[in-house]
Amino acid sequence: MTPDEVVAELRDGMTIGVGGWGSRRKPMALVRAILRSPLRNLTIVGYAGPDAGLLVASGQAKRIVTGFASLDSIALEPHFRRARQDGTVELTELDEGMLHWGLLAAAHRLPFLPIRAGLGSGVLEVNPELRTVRSPYADPYGIGEELVAMPALRLDAALVHMNRADAAGNGQYLGPDPYFDDLFCLAAERAYVSCERIVPSLEGPPQSLLLNRAMVHAVAETPNGAHFTSCVPDYGRDEAFQAHYARAAADPAEWERFRAEYLEGDEAAYQEAVRG
Amino acid sequence: MTDEPTRAEVCVVACAEAWRGDGAILASPMGLIPTLAARLARLTFAPDLLLTDGEAYLLDQDDQVEGWLPYAKVFTMLAAGRRHVMMGAAQIDRYGNQNISCIGDWKRPKAQLLGVRGAPGNTVNHPVSYWIPRHSPRVFVSAVDMICGVGYDRGDPGPHELRVVVTNLAVLDFGTPERVMRLRSVHPGVEVSDVVAATGFPLVIPDEVPVTRLPTAEELELIRTRLDPGGARERELP
Repeated sequence: MTPDEVVAELRDGMTIGVGGWGSRRKPMALVRAILRSPLRNLTIVGYAGPDAGLLVASGQAKRIVTGFASLDSIALEPHFRRARQDGTVELTELDEGMLHWGLLAAAHRLPFLPIRAGLGSGVLEVNPELRTVRSPYADPYGIGEELVAMPALRLDAALVHMNRADAAGNGQYLGPDPYFDDLFCLAAERAYVSCERIVPSLEGPPQSLLLNRAMVHAVAETPNGAHFTSCVPDYGRDEAFQAHYARAAADPAEWERFRAEYLEGDEAAYQEAVRG
Repeated sequence: MTDEPTRAEVCVVACAEAWRGDGAILASPMGLIPTLAARLARLTFAPDLLLTDGEAYLLDQDDQVEGWLPYAKVFTMLAAGRRHVMMGAAQIDRYGNQNISCIGDWKRPKAQLLGVRGAPGNTVNHPVSYWIPRHSPRVFVSAVDMICGVGYDRGDPGPHELRVVVTNLAVLDFGTPERVMRLRSVHPGVEVSDVVAATGFPLVIPDEVPVTRLPTAEELELIRTRLDPGGARERELP
C-alpha cells in the first residue's frame, strides 16, 4: 500500500493510535498523508510528538489522549502548546503508565485494568469519567486496595513505523526500544505499518520481530518515513530540521511558508524538499 | 583543587545525597544537575545505583551497557518500587504537590508545559525528590494549578515518600508531624530569611538550621574533571 491508500481507509471521527514516543520512530509519512486528506474530527492517542502537533495544526485532530507532547530535544511540542493555550484542541491528560495500561486493556479486550497511577492526582479531576475500584482480595502488599480502573483505550486504527517489515505484515524494530507499538496494533480494529524497507525475509535477532502478521492489516514502504523523528539505526533525529519546524511553528506566517514548502506535495515531494 | 566550591557544585552534592542508602534501584534524574548528582552518588557513596543512557540502556560506571530498560520495563520497575526519581517542578506546594502540566486553568491554560508525564504514577509508587534551580514564590506556591506529583495531603494513595526538595538556595524535606515542608539546610552564603522570602507559603523552620555540607575534595575533583569538565552545571542556576 501507499501512505495515501492507507489513509483512504480511515474515516472522519476515528480514534487513531500512533506508535513511537515523542520525537522517536513516529509514522510520519502516514501522518503527512493524513495532512493531505480531508479527514477531520480525529482523536489521536499516543506518547505524543510532532505527529499530534501536525494534526493539531491542521485542525484535523479534535482531541489528543496523552501524558505529554514533546519533541524530546525540544521539550514542548509547539503546535500542541499553542492549541492548548488558544483552546483549539481537547485533551485527555493521562499519566504515561495509565496510557500503557489503557492500551494493554484494549489489546486484551478487557474493559479496564487496575493501576495505582492517578490516585490523588489532578488526572482524576480533569477526567471525571475515570473511576476507581476496590480490590476484591486482601491487599498482600499493605499498600492500599483502592485503585484507578483505567478503561481500555480502544482504537479504530493504529499507525506505527518499523525499521523492516515483510509484505505479509511481520514487522521488525532495530533500535533500542520497541515503545508500545505492538499494543497499539492489538488495541486497534485495523493496524497499518509503515517501514523503512519491505524485505523478502526478516533477519536479525528474533526478539526484534515485534509485530506478526496477525496484528497487522497493511504495510507501506516509506523510506525515511519517520523523518524528522529518529529511526535508529537507519537514521537519527534530524535535529536541524526539527529546530526549523519548531521555529516555524512559533509564528503563523512562518508556519504557512513551512507548510507550503514541505507539506503540500506528496511524500516523494516531501523527501525531495528535505534533501534539498 | 583549591578553588572554593560553587553554588552549582554544592547543589550537585545536595542532590546526590538524595540517593544515599538507596541500594540497587533505578535512579532517574531529570535535568543536568540531578544527572551529575546521580552519577556522582554512584561513583562515591551509592555504587549500586542503576542509571540509563536516557534511551533504553543501563550503563555502568564506565559507560558500558549492563542492561536493557525500554519504557515498558521502566514502567514495571517503577510500579515495583525499585526506582527513585528526581523531577523538576514548575510549581510545588507545602505538602509537596507538584505541577509540570500547565499554568492557569487546566481547561485553557495560560501556559501549557510538559504535561503530567509519569509524575502521578511515580509519586504513588516509589521515592521522589525534586530539583528546583530557581527557588522563588512563583514556584513555591500556596496551591498548584494541576496536581501531577501527589503531595502528602491527598489521602496517602500508595507507597508514598517525598524524600527531599533541593533548590539553588536550600535543601527542604517533609520531616514534620503534618508532613509539611520544612527547611533542612541552607546552602553556604544563604540566610534563612532569603529562603523564607523566596517561598510563597509558610515553611517550618527548626530552631537550628544547619548549612548544607560542602563537597569533599574527591567529589569536587569528580565533578570538575570527570562528570562535567565543560562546566555546564553553572548555567542551570540563575
